[in-house]
Amino acid sequence: MTKILVVDDSNSIRDMVSFTLKSSGYETVEAKDGQEGLNKAKASSFDLVISDVNMPIMDGITLCQELRKLPSFKFTPILMLTTESSGDMKQRGKAAGATGWLVKPFNPEKLIATIKRVV
Amino acid sequence: MSIDLSQFIPSFLEESFEGLELMESSLLNLEQGDDETINSIFRAAHSIKGGAGTFGFDNVTEFTHLVETLLDEMRDGRREIVQGDVEILLESVDCMRLLIESIQNDTDCDDEKIAITSSLLTQTLDGSVSTPVLDDATDNYSSTVKQNNTSITWVIEFIPEHHLVQTGNDPLFLFNALAELGSVEIEANSAELPSLNDMDPEELYLRWKITLVADTTEDDIKEIFEWVEDECELTISQELAGQSSEPESVKSEPELSVTEQNISAQQTEPSPAVSEEIKPAPSEEAVPAKPNKPVSPVASKPVKSKTDVGSIRVGVDKVDNLINLMGELVITQSMLSELGNDFDLSKVERLNTGLEQLLQNTKELQESVMRIRMLPISFAFNRFPRLIHDLSKKTGKQIELVLKGEQTELDKTVMEQIGDPLVHLVRNAVDHGIEPTETRIANGKPEQGVITLDAYHQGGSIVIEINDDGGGINRNAVFEKAVEKGVVEANSSLTDSQVFDLIFEPGFSTAKELSDISGRGVGMDVVKKNIQALGGRIQVESVEGQGSSFKVNLPLTLAILDGQLVRVGTEIYIIPLITIVESLQTQKNLINRVSGDMVLYRLREDNVPVLPIYQLFNLASDTTQVEDSLLVVVEADGQKVGLMVDDLLAQQQVVIKSLNDNYQQVEGISGATILGDGSVAMILDIPGIINIAQNSSRSNQYASANPEEVLP
Amino acid sequence: MDIQSLAAEIPVEGEYSLEGIDFITSGEQYLTFLLGSEQYAVNILCVEEIRSWENPTKIPNAPDDVKGVINMRGVIVPIIDLRLKFNIGNAVYSDITVVVVLKVELEGGTKTMGFIVDAVSDVLNAEEGEIKNSPAFGGSVPQHYIDGLVNVGNNVVTILNVEALQVIQPHSK
Repeated sequence: MTKILVVDDSNSIRDMVSFTLKSSGYETVEAKDGQEGLNKAKASSFDLVISDVNMPIMDGITLCQELRKLPSFKFTPILMLTTESSGDMKQRGKAAGATGWLVKPFNPEKLIATIKRVV
Repeated sequence: MSIDLSQFIPSFLEESFEGLELMESSLLNLEQGDDETINSIFRAAHSIKGGAGTFGFDNVTEFTHLVETLLDEMRDGRREIVQGDVEILLESVDCMRLLIESIQNDTDCDDEKIAITSSLLTQTLDGSVSTPVLDDATDNYSSTVKQNNTSITWVIEFIPEHHLVQTGNDPLFLFNALAELGSVEIEANSAELPSLNDMDPEELYLRWKITLVADTTEDDIKEIFEWVEDECELTISQELAGQSSEPESVKSEPELSVTEQNISAQQTEPSPAVSEEIKPAPSEEAVPAKPNKPVSPVASKPVKSKTDVGSIRVGVDKVDNLINLMGELVITQSMLSELGNDFDLSKVERLNTGLEQLLQNTKELQESVMRIRMLPISFAFNRFPRLIHDLSKKTGKQIELVLKGEQTELDKTVMEQIGDPLVHLVRNAVDHGIEPTETRIANGKPEQGVITLDAYHQGGSIVIEINDDGGGINRNAVFEKAVEKGVVEANSSLTDSQVFDLIFEPGFSTAKELSDISGRGVGMDVVKKNIQALGGRIQVESVEGQGSSFKVNLPLTLAILDGQLVRVGTEIYIIPLITIVESLQTQKNLINRVSGDMVLYRLREDNVPVLPIYQLFNLASDTTQVEDSLLVVVEADGQKVGLMVDDLLAQQQVVIKSLNDNYQQVEGISGATILGDGSVAMILDIPGIINIAQNSSRSNQYASANPEEVLP
Repeated sequence: MDIQSLAAEIPVEGEYSLEGIDFITSGEQYLTFLLGSEQYAVNILCVEEIRSWENPTKIPNAPDDVKGVINMRGVIVPIIDLRLKFNIGNAVYSDITVVVVLKVELEGGTKTMGFIVDAVSDVLNAEEGEIKNSPAFGGSVPQHYIDGLVNVGNNVVTILNVEALQVIQPHSK
């Protein structure tokens, strides 16, 4: 089963993403900030990481950089959830090693369509 | 797939309110160059905007976008943090709260206030280095206008950089996505593939040429390559029948042809090479007109869930604790039932142990269940920094607010109901407590007044103190006012604390004229009444020139009460512990009979009227003489009375049950509870009992003053 | 043969007689009980349970017929002595004194109350037509408590209105 790590500090968004993924037959693990996400990533392996950018404690960009340092996450797709559609945020994400991004607001259909592009 | 987004809305609302609180308190503490604070404010606004967008609350998204833009400029140093902007942001927080409350309550909100603040924000932003772009929310949903229902042949040259796969992208998925648009033909070019010795297995050496026949736009194709646009060379071109529309970019041989000639002019125009710049598509049709509202991902007006039961967010540790206790209870239960299977007297000891264990489990379980409803009082305190900020601006008084004991936990219901009385007390402290700056300087006090809110547990209750270092209560002014209002006789001699208590009398106000701040038609009597309705009490202490201290005593929860069990005849009653001043054995020389048949008991300087419960409730009792009886001295509404009882029994926590459900309200009784032996005991309503006593003495007086009239 | 008489032969729903199960009529069933030597009844659907007498906890200054409250599985239930309420027979309490607990849906939710009677006697089936209006004079039981009278053999059973029974007069000051 495809296992996805969902990192977002917003309960509602995290719940929504996780619920949507589960409804589509994915397995999810949730984390509420980058640090928790990193800890969970280290403890297990994932087929995909979906992470918010703006989070307390550790932001998504840092999480992405840290994940890429882990051998098991070298090729794992990492999608950033971002509201900034500006090139800047995308550049920062890419520079940190993100695979792609999903611009908020998104709906469940869009989410599923997007992740099908990486897993 | 259809997912009902409305199920996530309550949690969105909850976290939005939390975010707003954080924004507000952080804004109040914001200082120049405080990166972390401004970052957290930005993050909160950002999350609210993201959530609002996702759940389709466009008005919130639009408004919050302005706020976020302003914060963003502050965050990256493009804008100095000035007080004026902070005030606008505080106003904005209020607006966002209004907007979100209107979602919660499914009502309209004050559009005018929002429009004003919104234009203020826009003005502020216009004067700044960068103007906000409102396309944030739009571009993801910009529905690309489809052209004719015509399949076009696209030729895509895709030359990825060698490290492409290291970002987790896999060309295969890109091709799959393309295949969903139409039929594809993919040609791989392996010319770049190095010899096996030179090859790095983590690099990508292939390049591809894809021919796509689909009814699609260039934008759709670009979107698929969006994530890799900087890690590849990409050329997208359109192929038409007979001629290659290919511009000067990479050559491609026309392989498939479409005979449609009437493709619109724009479409036949050569597409620019994509590799240089990706701006939203150049073709006019591909971009929706700017003023268009973003297409919301859910129905434009989200359906509010009908059942508004309210929710508590409970820490996982609390729930885990409950589950553990449940486990222990189950173990005890199975142990006891096993014991019961073939019980004989040799097992009595084990039975006792088991029962003790059961008692322990039950007690812990009860405490844990109660703890679920408990929240730190910071939930009630967190509105005060803003309040003080606003009040100090309004009054010109400099005030520092000190919060203590914010982690002290309190029942959610009590918390919700104590908010307003606390606000009133704090307003009162600012208005009547803290002196104007000039007065303070003249009196040799620091310019800045201090208001302290402190919360702590004391026995089974929580105490909230509201202290100020202001001028204190003017004893004489209060007394004169009370005489003027006819509350007390001019010649009565009262202790200081009795005089201070007069401020809680209905209609009492020492301020010369009603002020805008605390004189909003709500007096201290209402504050007191509200606190009493929660089963609490309020006391005031004051030293003239040094300040006042209001002490609010509240039960930790409304469902459970700490009670003193007393016996009268065969009946057992429960007196709320919080009302008990002391219990004593009467001494003959301290009993006085006055004005007819009233019995007063001298308790230090007070004369406390004695109320025999057996008389009040018409019961048979052991003792009918006040002499050498037991008195429980209780206090309510500032009035002390001695309740005469036969016996003092245990003190214990009792669960309050309503008499109203199956019966009706009973005077002097606030409810009932079930004791350990399964029997029911009545809980005494102390203010109610005092009321009965006062009424009956009044009607007695009335009867003796008007002997010719017959009382009903 | 007209249509009415044909229809009368078609069994009404609920009228089937099954082996081992009491014959159920289209009428209502009533629980009958004794107050003194008189027979009374209440609609059986309102009867929550029948329990033996236990000493209730007194409610201060309650009317005489309100004996107090008991704990019925965590719910506080008031106990009313119907003999005192209607001034019938002797209000004596012994091990065989019975409490009929009645539950009624009212506007403000359900109300559960216990009523002390001298003895529970039987279940009575009564078709609507069998219930007669009570004569508008006499007795110590106020008219508004009475739904009607049913003849059972030589005796008359008074059917009581449960909703009316549950109305408690306010405590006198």
